[in-house]
Amino acid sequence: MRLSDEFRDESLVQQVASRLRTYEGISATIMEVCGTHTMSAARFGISSLLPDGITLISGPGCPVCVTDQRDIDAFLAIGQSADIILCTFGDMVRVPGSYTSLEKLRAEGADVRVVYSPTDAVNIAVGNPSKKVTFFGVGFETTAPATAVAIRTAREADLHNFYVYSCHKTMPPALRALLASGETAVSGLLLPGHVSTIIGTRAYEFIPQEFGMPCAVAGFEPLDMLLGIEAILSQIVEENPRVENTYRRAVKEQPNEHARELIEDVFVAADCAWRGIGVIPGSGLEIAPKYWAFDAKKRFSELVGSANPVSNSSCRCGDVLRGAIRPNECALFGRACTPLTPVGPCMVSSEGACAAAYKYGGPPTKNAR
Amino acid sequence: MLGENRITLKHGAGGTAMVELIEDVFAASYGDLNAPRDDSARVDVSGPLAFTTDSFVVDPIFFPGGDIGRLAVAGTVNDLLATGAKPIALSASFIIEEGFPVNDLITIARSMEETAQEANVQIVTGDTKVVARGSADKVFISTSGIGVILRNGISGAAAKPGDVIILTGSIGDHGAAVMLAREKLLDAETVKSDTAPLTDIVLNLIEAGCEIHSMRDPTRGGIGAALNEIAKQSDVGMVLDERAIAVKPPVAAACEALGIDPLYVANEGKMIIIVSAADAERSLDIIKRQRYGYDASIVGRITSNHPGQVRIKTSIGTTRIVPPPSGELLPRIC
Repeated sequence: MRLSDEFRDESLVQQVASRLRTYEGISATIMEVCGTHTMSAARFGISSLLPDGITLISGPGCPVCVTDQRDIDAFLAIGQSADIILCTFGDMVRVPGSYTSLEKLRAEGADVRVVYSPTDAVNIAVGNPSKKVTFFGVGFETTAPATAVAIRTAREADLHNFYVYSCHKTMPPALRALLASGETAVSGLLLPGHVSTIIGTRAYEFIPQEFGMPCAVAGFEPLDMLLGIEAILSQIVEENPRVENTYRRAVKEQPNEHARELIEDVFVAADCAWRGIGVIPGSGLEIAPKYWAFDAKKRFSELVGSANPVSNSSCRCGDVLRGAIRPNECALFGRACTPLTPVGPCMVSSEGACAAAYKYGGPPTKNAR
Repeated sequence: MLGENRITLKHGAGGTAMVELIEDVFAASYGDLNAPRDDSARVDVSGPLAFTTDSFVVDPIFFPGGDIGRLAVAGTVNDLLATGAKPIALSASFIIEEGFPVNDLITIARSMEETAQEANVQIVTGDTKVVARGSADKVFISTSGIGVILRNGISGAAAKPGDVIILTGSIGDHGAAVMLAREKLLDAETVKSDTAPLTDIVLNLIEAGCEIHSMRDPTRGGIGAALNEIAKQSDVGMVLDERAIAVKPPVAAACEALGIDPLYVANEGKMIIIVSAADAERSLDIIKRQRYGYDASIVGRITSNHPGQVRIKTSIGTTRIVPPPSGELLPRIC
């Protein structure tokens, strides 16, 4: 962890914070697109270091949160198949579907296993040849290559009992849809560091070019985030929107070729429904025809098709994900909806805006500035 | 000879097989061989007693830095100490799954004896049940303990504004070690559990007359949970200094990788000790001289502001709330 210590150095952080104070008087709302940014901002009290007019708002960058209710219900429905093992990342276990959740299915006796990598699910399939092992592929460009590796590994091993329900999504089309809607009044985008290591900064050029929107790619340590925010504020003042890379130790202009090749081999771009945003053209990664033998949507098409989602009309996760409201503006927040009794996914995921706001008690006090 | 075997249902049936198991495993490890084999143990004490109980179901049962036996003794000893009591005697009840290797049971019983000796406490009574395969996971242990209260008034409700919060060492070691061992993640051996009885630390503080107001053994829920409990019980606020809270680098790395906050990760060999400001430095000196207290530090203060709420000054100089933990610790996904 030595690598992160200098990015939490108080004197360096305070230096940047004092530079940020020169932007006092400007009014700007900056969207942190990535859920990890949301959690880091809450944990380190980043907003207390910003001048009064500068506020942060969360965006659509929590993969669990943006997974559509229909997809969650469909995956839960696959659990009804005989001899099934459902594999998922831990964040998804307690996300409520319309009628049940993975946690409830497990309590009722279903075989639900938490994995840390899609390859773990392949190993479970190898070890349980009489079971059908289905992995819930959730995540952006950062996670999709790992799922691609798992599918290719399964094919090389000639497995006939491993399936993936792909909900993988890509970030640029979602940002385009969000900006094009004009609903979200943001003045700049703090772009996701992890995703950018895969897709490179060039993928964001449309943001300043087509929308005149300032933006910066930032890492996740406090100093990283402050430098990203500073870059955005200077673009606003100079009226010179561009894609600035403040995470150069990890992110390049070009995409990661190996990851891109994996994604292009195993997936095809497709229209995809996002919670709170709706169907975004070309934003989903469906399993390519040559790998259909591993596609859970094909293998369990009847169960998947039976999903009949009912949404809780008072849950405002969708509005939170679009940056239209802050978590505490939802009537359920902290009352009917808590991490123990989550109504929506934003309260469950470790990257969810509601979970971050609840866990760290809302905006931190400003008295320590 | 017994050691080569596995536990079967007959070992819990009350017959000669059970007697053999008790004599060869438990009595041989920690029993008083001369004590009468009666239905209860006799313990002679005088003064007010502290009485506590705890169950241990850790998985895996052997983990870097400890095992379920050491944990079962240290856990109950530390609970007694936290109320200002000198631990005197423990009971140990075993629920064993059919098929459990007798050798593992012997290892656990010996580890319990070693830990009990270290804590200067005796295991004086116990029970053994064997359940069919699948009805329990390997072995569960319940320990209860009694201790003589040496100092009255030590309570989670007795912290006062101006008091100083001392933590006897680094946080998160136990929880991180068990999680890594269970999931076989990272290089599990680099993180060791801190499981230990803290008898020396607490009894020396009491003997020196240090003005201790509250103590708590921050196990499940970590110091985040324990400090919030004290803040509510005493109706006081707390301000912590993140930089004074030690987290070992591999523990910090594991927590980062799993997406969890070390403030909420379990400890099994640490004590939160809240003392009057006047006795803070003296107490810290005494703690640092003990085997398990070398890493102790002052991590915060009690305030009359924001009663019931714990706040922390972060490593970058901001302040945020440390809320009580709310649910299961889940790993993150990206």
